Amino acid sequence: MMPVPSSVPQPKDDFQEELVIRPLHSGDIYASFQFRTLWETDFMRGNKVSHYRLFPKSLGQVISKFSVRELHISFTQGYWRTMQWGQPFLPSPPGAELWVWFQDSVTDVDGTWKELTNVLSGIFCASLNFIDSTNTVQPSASFKPLGIGNVTDHRFLRYATLPREIVCTENLTPWKKLLPCGSKAGLAVLLKSEKLFHSSFHSQAVHIRPVCQDWQCKTTSWELRQTLNVVFDLHTPGQGKLEWSLFKMFSRTLTEACPLASSSKIYIDITDDPQGEQFEVSPATHLLSQAMVLGDRRTFSVYDLTQQITFGTVRSLNLLIRWKSRDMLRPLLHAERYVAGYGLQTGEIHTLMYNNHPYRSFPVLLLDSVPWYLRLYIHTLTVTSKGKDNKPSYIHYQPSKDRVRPHLLEMLVQLPPNSVTEVTVQFERALLKWTEYTPDPNHGFYVGSSVISSLVPSIVAMDTNSTREQPLFSSFFPCKEESSYFMRVYTEPLLVNLPTPDFSMPYNVICLTCTVVAVGYGSLYNLLTRSFQIEEPSPGLAKRIANIIRKMRGVPPL
Amino acid sequence: MGLLSDPNRRRALISLLTRLNAPICVVCYMAGVAWFMGLAFEPFTLRTYMSENAMGSTMVEERFPAGERALGTGREFSAHKKKAGGMPVDWLVKTMQSRGLEVFTQRFSRRLPFPDEDKERYMVKGTNVYGILRAPRAPRTEALVLSAPCSPGDDNNQAVGVLLGLAQYFRNQVFWAKDIIFLVNEHDLIGMQAWLEGYHHTNTTGMDWSPLQGRGGSIQAALSLELSSDVVTSLDLVLEGLNGQLPNLDLANLFYAFCQKIGVLCTTQGKLQRNDWDSVSGYSHAVQTMMLMVMKQASGRPWGDHGLFLRYHIEAATIKGINSFRQYKTDATTIGRLLEGMYRKLNNLLERLHQSYFFYLMPSLSHFVSIGYYMPAFGLLALILLLRALDLWIQLATPPPGVLSVLTPLVISHLTGVALYTLPIHFQEIAVEHFPVSETEAVVLTAIAVYTAGLALPHNTHRLLTGRGTENGWKVLKLVAVLYLAVLLGCTALINFSLGFILALTLVPVAAFVTPDLCSATPACTLLFSVFLFQELQEMPVSFLDGWMLYLSVISQGILDHALYGSLVYPLVALLVYPCWLLFWNILFWK
Repeated sequence: MMPVPSSVPQPKDDFQEELVIRPLHSGDIYASFQFRTLWETDFMRGNKVSHYRLFPKSLGQVISKFSVRELHISFTQGYWRTMQWGQPFLPSPPGAELWVWFQDSVTDVDGTWKELTNVLSGIFCASLNFIDSTNTVQPSASFKPLGIGNVTDHRFLRYATLPREIVCTENLTPWKKLLPCGSKAGLAVLLKSEKLFHSSFHSQAVHIRPVCQDWQCKTTSWELRQTLNVVFDLHTPGQGKLEWSLFKMFSRTLTEACPLASSSKIYIDITDDPQGEQFEVSPATHLLSQAMVLGDRRTFSVYDLTQQITFGTVRSLNLLIRWKSRDMLRPLLHAERYVAGYGLQTGEIHTLMYNNHPYRSFPVLLLDSVPWYLRLYIHTLTVTSKGKDNKPSYIHYQPSKDRVRPHLLEMLVQLPPNSVTEVTVQFERALLKWTEYTPDPNHGFYVGSSVISSLVPSIVAMDTNSTREQPLFSSFFPCKEESSYFMRVYTEPLLVNLPTPDFSMPYNVICLTCTVVAVGYGSLYNLLTRSFQIEEPSPGLAKRIANIIRKMRGVPPL
Repeated sequence: MGLLSDPNRRRALISLLTRLNAPICVVCYMAGVAWFMGLAFEPFTLRTYMSENAMGSTMVEERFPAGERALGTGREFSAHKKKAGGMPVDWLVKTMQSRGLEVFTQRFSRRLPFPDEDKERYMVKGTNVYGILRAPRAPRTEALVLSAPCSPGDDNNQAVGVLLGLAQYFRNQVFWAKDIIFLVNEHDLIGMQAWLEGYHHTNTTGMDWSPLQGRGGSIQAALSLELSSDVVTSLDLVLEGLNGQLPNLDLANLFYAFCQKIGVLCTTQGKLQRNDWDSVSGYSHAVQTMMLMVMKQASGRPWGDHGLFLRYHIEAATIKGINSFRQYKTDATTIGRLLEGMYRKLNNLLERLHQSYFFYLMPSLSHFVSIGYYMPAFGLLALILLLRALDLWIQLATPPPGVLSVLTPLVISHLTGVALYTLPIHFQEIAVEHFPVSETEAVVLTAIAVYTAGLALPHNTHRLLTGRGTENGWKVLKLVAVLYLAVLLGCTALINFSLGFILALTLVPVAAFVTPDLCSATPACTLLFSVFLFQELQEMPVSFLDGWMLYLSVISQGILDHALYGSLVYPLVALLVYPCWLLFWNILFWK
């Protein structure tokens, strides 16, 4: 081993872990893990990097090989119920979602994208290799880079979703392996699949982006954020107090922080009840913290796992909360989508966007990516709010090409205060070729979620200083204005039935039609085109002679 | 075909067909009827079997424990219903919410085209309440529906109780992969129509409804529950839906399989199945069951709340609890377990139900007749019309027939059909002003009046014809009419076999042998005859007067079904069958 010369500065790596627990209004409980690895290095200049400390090598190699500027991937099982649960810290659509900004040095973006999806498919044990040109789009406005750098040419952006992807243990294990401590120590100890997949909602994501080291942005570093969101269903009949503990949720307790972590904290959202009337948290902590999350100032009880005192005498932390569930809340922005109509020929996609703000209107960007086999009639596009036509100020529409690319529809719509805006567009269901049907065609075909991105007016002034020390969950989307915050809402995916042949029939049909054509056609053609006359068979020799004699005699022939 | 290209043989064949035309027709008719009657004979039918793999191989264990509590909830519901004088919306919303469902309501209102005297309603206003049980980790793409109607009086309280009991029980289970929608609909079919139209955002019948707030994606299957007593002796499965549509046979198989497993008596058309198929009474029992199904299907109306789901390609059936004097009783817990089992199996579905038959008749719950077996019976009847047409064509072949001459009666009879379709509803007000009748009577009597007036029309119309009085004239007309009827019946039978078959059974013999001197029956007689036969089959024979009243109400119900739910039988009869029939009537009054 050679001692590293002290004059060369060590690349600074940093790892933070964090768990936020928020009791939800519906009585469910929301736990959000965030793990952040910072890595001070520079891929952009094409340096070869072969030394990895905390940053996972598999992802580092992917970034440098495919010249990725930003990569966001999420796997979600279930649908985030905005009406019951409010806003998640990090939204994601059901199934798998992948969006990547490539560096502007990439020449063949489509080829690189194809290779990248295949590699990621291997890393995460997911069917990302099913991403191809028929479900990839290049959104022009909805997905801006979240890290530094101002490349906004959407030629370098690729976005794809797989709404059908099912997320399970085999996706969780490789995700956990990317953590510096694995699942051996720290918060990751709690991530046991038998409990995580016994929940109402499960979502795991990986976000890689370049960020500034300091407020002057002299040096940049790569940030890898691994997030895992899970909602547990604590439904109990009756209106009694709900009880929850770490052990009950995860069947584990915490004994230590990850030794590699510079910070390891648990936040418990106690905003709804600062006086402690409805909440009971034990062991109690006096460490309170306030943070701006999604346009709201929230209060948290903080447990610092790096402090030995947190674990008490039993050397294990098992948080316990009792609280009462209350009525539903009305989130400022939420959306839903459904297919209208009946029959297998046409249909209509309805997207409803609710602005529940009492007096502010705000614009939203709606992104719809519809597979080619639903042929959108874009002339039937209507946008109405409060019974009136609401003309979008920006429309970007890219028509589909059969079997090549999907429809892409992006719109900037102003949502009036306290209103529902309805976007409808009619479509025709295409008849696929018989080899194009999935093995279960009668299940239906999926249409991915629409994405609604918006700057929502905030109730409190937001903190725009991004370098200040703040909890991880509140600092993901960069905040540029004090009066509004960024929010993304996904609608539910759609399941649409296409006209499907009876696949037991083709054999019979082929046999029958061939027989009918063979037997019937020729003879019918004959009957219709020819006229039939009786032709006398030529008479025998004796008869002919007899006839000649009769002719000579002048009597009629035989 | 070789037979036809040989002129000698062709001539022989044609002469055979024309010479023996009448006997062949008679034989065909008898063979058709015999074939149809043979369908109910058990050795000729197939046993039902589960085709869907996802529902077949894995048995589920039913554990629903809370039948008594469900009945208690039902009694509570009944009390609140009495207090509210209708749907106890607030109570239902609260109860469903406390059971952990997402609850939504939908208001609807509908003014009927004329008062419905059977159900005593005209201005209908109501509210549907439904709660969605969200499946964990499911992306809201698929849903199942369990519905119970909130009926006036003391009916169906137990159904709502069982529905709420199941909702509570299902909420605590972890295995759901599809959202389950628990729906309590007011004003039975009208409420259901409003809910389905709201869910799919369509408006086919001009009803007013408030848009739905919550959805669960595409609905895969639905069951409607009707239960009016604490214990039942048997459960009856109702399949016939709007326009004679039937759910996939696998849904019936599923019900039958669970009845067998749990040991519940199950019936279809209210008839138990019997084992003595080889005895006369056993056979006639099967015929009765099948005929009842045929009559119900032919009526084209939904025979339960499930009937409206079928339009949206959602497999649905109604399960009706029957309490008779039999000793053997089934309690609510068992019914709950049966439904739990069915829903767990439906929850296992990977695709929509599509593996089994959509076109079938059931002589008993365990046997069915598929389309391949019953179509020949209709084919034999339709063949008669083709034979007659061939006969006429050959008779007309020598002088070229003037087809244009039949245009006038065609147009006139269709105009009469349009009048029959539109006048009854539009003229009810005038009729009520001038005659001492109620609106409903006015509509029915106008319909009958237009109908009879149409029958009198040919006396006058044939004067306009060019080929008046000639022998060929009526033959051309009959040729066209016979072919028209054949196409019409053929198309009807493809969509709704029962309707096509019943029409063919009564119209074909008359249509085939009508000449200017022969008398005939009419579609109205078919209906009258059907009404009496139906009552006979239900073992509730009626006197002639009652039958006549029933006949009138059936006409008004038919018109209402069309206006409210979009049933196609009334327009089919008024716009197509009746004009076609008038053509034959023209022939009758040719001279």
